[in-house]
Amino acid sequence: MRIERRLEQPRWLSLAVPLGSLAVASGVMAAVLGATGHDPGHTYRRLVDAAFVAHGALGGTFTFATPLLFTGLAAAAAFRMNLFNIGAEGQFYLGAIGGIGAALWLGGGSSKPELMAVTIAAGAAAGAAWALVPGILRAFGRTNEIITSLMLNYGAAKLLEYLIYTSHSFWRDTVSPSAQTFPLGKTLPAVAQWPLYGRDPTVPFGLLLGIAVAAVLWLLYAKTRFGFEVEVIGDSPRAARYAGMRTRRKILAVMGLSGGVAGIGGAAQMGNFDYALDPRGLQSASYGYTGIVVAALARYNPFAVCLIAVLLGGLQNAGYTLRGADFPSGLVGVMQGIILFCALGGELLIRYRVRIQRLSRGGPPPLPAAEAQP
Amino acid sequence: VNNSITVVVLAQAVLYGTPLLYAALGELLAERSGVLNLGVEGMMLVGAVMGFWTIQRFHAPTVLALVGALGIAALAGAAMSLIHAFLVITLRASQIVSGLALTIFAGAAGLASYLGNDLDLADQPARHSFRNLDVFGLEDAPIAGPIVFGQSALVYASWACVGLVVLYLARTRPGLNLRAVGEAPEAADAMGIDVTAYRYAHVLAGGAFAGVGGACFTLSITPQWDAGITGGAGWIAIALVIFAFWRPELVLVGAYFFGALTALAPNLQARQITNAPHEIFDSLPYLMTVVVLVIVSNGWAKRRLGAPAALGLPYVREER
Repeated sequence: MRIERRLEQPRWLSLAVPLGSLAVASGVMAAVLGATGHDPGHTYRRLVDAAFVAHGALGGTFTFATPLLFTGLAAAAAFRMNLFNIGAEGQFYLGAIGGIGAALWLGGGSSKPELMAVTIAAGAAAGAAWALVPGILRAFGRTNEIITSLMLNYGAAKLLEYLIYTSHSFWRDTVSPSAQTFPLGKTLPAVAQWPLYGRDPTVPFGLLLGIAVAAVLWLLYAKTRFGFEVEVIGDSPRAARYAGMRTRRKILAVMGLSGGVAGIGGAAQMGNFDYALDPRGLQSASYGYTGIVVAALARYNPFAVCLIAVLLGGLQNAGYTLRGADFPSGLVGVMQGIILFCALGGELLIRYRVRIQRLSRGGPPPLPAAEAQP
Repeated sequence: VNNSITVVVLAQAVLYGTPLLYAALGELLAERSGVLNLGVEGMMLVGAVMGFWTIQRFHAPTVLALVGALGIAALAGAAMSLIHAFLVITLRASQIVSGLALTIFAGAAGLASYLGNDLDLADQPARHSFRNLDVFGLEDAPIAGPIVFGQSALVYASWACVGLVVLYLARTRPGLNLRAVGEAPEAADAMGIDVTAYRYAHVLAGGAFAGVGGACFTLSITPQWDAGITGGAGWIAIALVIFAFWRPELVLVGAYFFGALTALAPNLQARQITNAPHEIFDSLPYLMTVVVLVIVSNGWAKRRLGAPAALGLPYVREER
C-alpha cells in the first residue's frame, strides 16, 4: 500500500470526506456509548430529537449556535493565516464585559438601534484589544501566540470573577434582593436587549448578525488583496516576505479581526441571551474552545462555519436538555473530539491518495502510471 | 524559621511544581522527537481521573495502591497520546490542530469529565494519598528540612526522572538517536534509525508522564476529583519546555518557579499580608508565563538554544 500526494484535489472530495468522517465518528461514538453501557441507537434518537425535532428545540439550538458561530469565525479568520489564536474564549469574555458595560453606561436613555450598535462596537473593540496583546507579542517579539493567547484566557476569566464576585464594580448588581445572597451582574434594561424574531424556531438577532459577519469575512478572504496576502503568508511566510508583503501588519490586522469577531460574540451573548455577566455560566459553556472545533470542521470556510455552528449548537443544546444520570456531562465534549479526530484523519484522503498495489517478487515495484503525467 | 513565609512558599513550590515537572518532562521527550503535543492538559486530566479511580476502587495496602494508581494514570495518559501520535505521525495531520483536538476531547469538558461522572468519583476524599516523608529524620531541620527532606515520594521520584532523562539524552545511544530524529529526520533515517518508531515511543512516553503529572493533583495536592482540577497546568507545562530551551535540568528550575507563583497567593492571603484582590495573585502564574515567554523569545537566547529543527513537521520518506 502506498500513500502519495495528490497533484490536484477533486472538488467532490472536500464534501465527501467530511461527511464520511462524520459517519465514522458516529460509529466510533456508538462503540464508546456501547462500551460504557448506554444504548447508542436510543441515545442518538434522543439527541436528534432534543436538538432539532422537538417543540422549541431548534430555537434552543440557535441560542447555542450563535456564540459558536462567532467564536468559530474568530478561529477560522486567524487559523487561515496559520496564526493560532486560541484565545477566543478570553476575547469572548472581554467582548461580553465591554458590550454590556457600554450598554449599561448609556442606560435607558437611548433608542434600541443606538444601544445595539454601541454594544456591538464596544464588544468588538474589547475583544480586539485583548487579542492584540498576543498579536503584538507575536508580530514584534516572535512570541508563540498559541500559549500567550491561551494564558490570557485564564487572565480574562479572573477579571470576570473579580468584576462580579470580589469587587463592587460597575458591572455588579448591588441593589436587587437576590443579589444580596449571591453576587450577580447588573441586568440590561429591556430597551438594550436584542430582538428575537419569530416563534418556533425563534431566530435571535445575533445569529443573523453572525451570518452577516461570515459573509463579510468570506468577501474579505476570497475577493480582496488583503485576503490573498493573508493566504500567502499562511502558506509560505518566506514567499510572502520576498514578495514584499508586510507580515507584521497582517498579523496585527488578523489578530484584531479575530478578537473583534469573538468580542462581538460576547456582546451578542449579553445582548441577546444572558442580559447580565455571569462568570460561572460563561466559563462552563467554553464557547471559545468549541469554536476551534467548529472552525476546524468547517475547514476555515466562513459559510461552512455557519452550518457547523448550527450542528454543534444542536449537540450542545441536546446535551444541555438531556443532562442527567444517563447523559453525563462531558459526553458532548467527547463526541466533538471524536468528530474532530475523524475529520483530521480524513484530511489525509483529501491531500493524498492511497493506492494499493502488489509488490512483485525480486523486481522493483511497478511505477505508478498516473504520477508520471502532470 | 520553618514557619516563615519564604520557607513555606518554597516548600509548597516543590509540591505545586511537581505536576508541572512531570508533564513538562514528558512534553520535552515528545518535542525532542519532533512532535509537538498540545494535548497535555487533556492527558493530565485523564491521568488524574483514572489514577483517582484506581485508588478508590482497588483495595490494596497504601503503597501498592498508590503505585498501581500511578501506573494506571501513566497508561491512561499514554493511551490518549496514542490518538495524537497516530493522527500526526501516520496520518500526517496538523500537529497543532490535533493537539488542540486532544485537549478538547480529553479535557475538562470531555472524556475526563465523562469518566468522572460515569465512574461516580466526584465529592469523595481519596482513600489513600501521598504523604510527606521524613527523609533521614531531617524534616525539621531549619530551611532545607521542609523544602528538601519533607516532601512526598512523588517529588523524589520526579528528581530521579529528571536525572534519568538528562542521562538518557546526553549519554545513551537511543537518546542520541532521539535528538537526531528531532533535529534532522532525513539524516536519522539514512543512518538506519526508525523515525516513526522513535516518534511513537516518545509521544507515548510524553503521554505517560503527563498522566502521572495529572495524578499528582488527585493523589497528592488536593486528593479528590473535580473536572477542572489541573487548572491550566498542562498549558504551563508546554510553555515550560520553551523556557527551558528543551533541557530537562532547566525544566526543574522552571517548574519550581511556577510552583512558587502558585503557592504565593494562598499564603499571602492566609497571613493577611496584602489586601489586593486574590484574582491578581491567582492569575500570576498565567501572566508570568506570558512575560517569561516574551523574554525567552527575544534576543540571543532563542538564536543559541532553539527548538528541535524538525519540531512540528511530519516526516514522509517519499517527500524529503
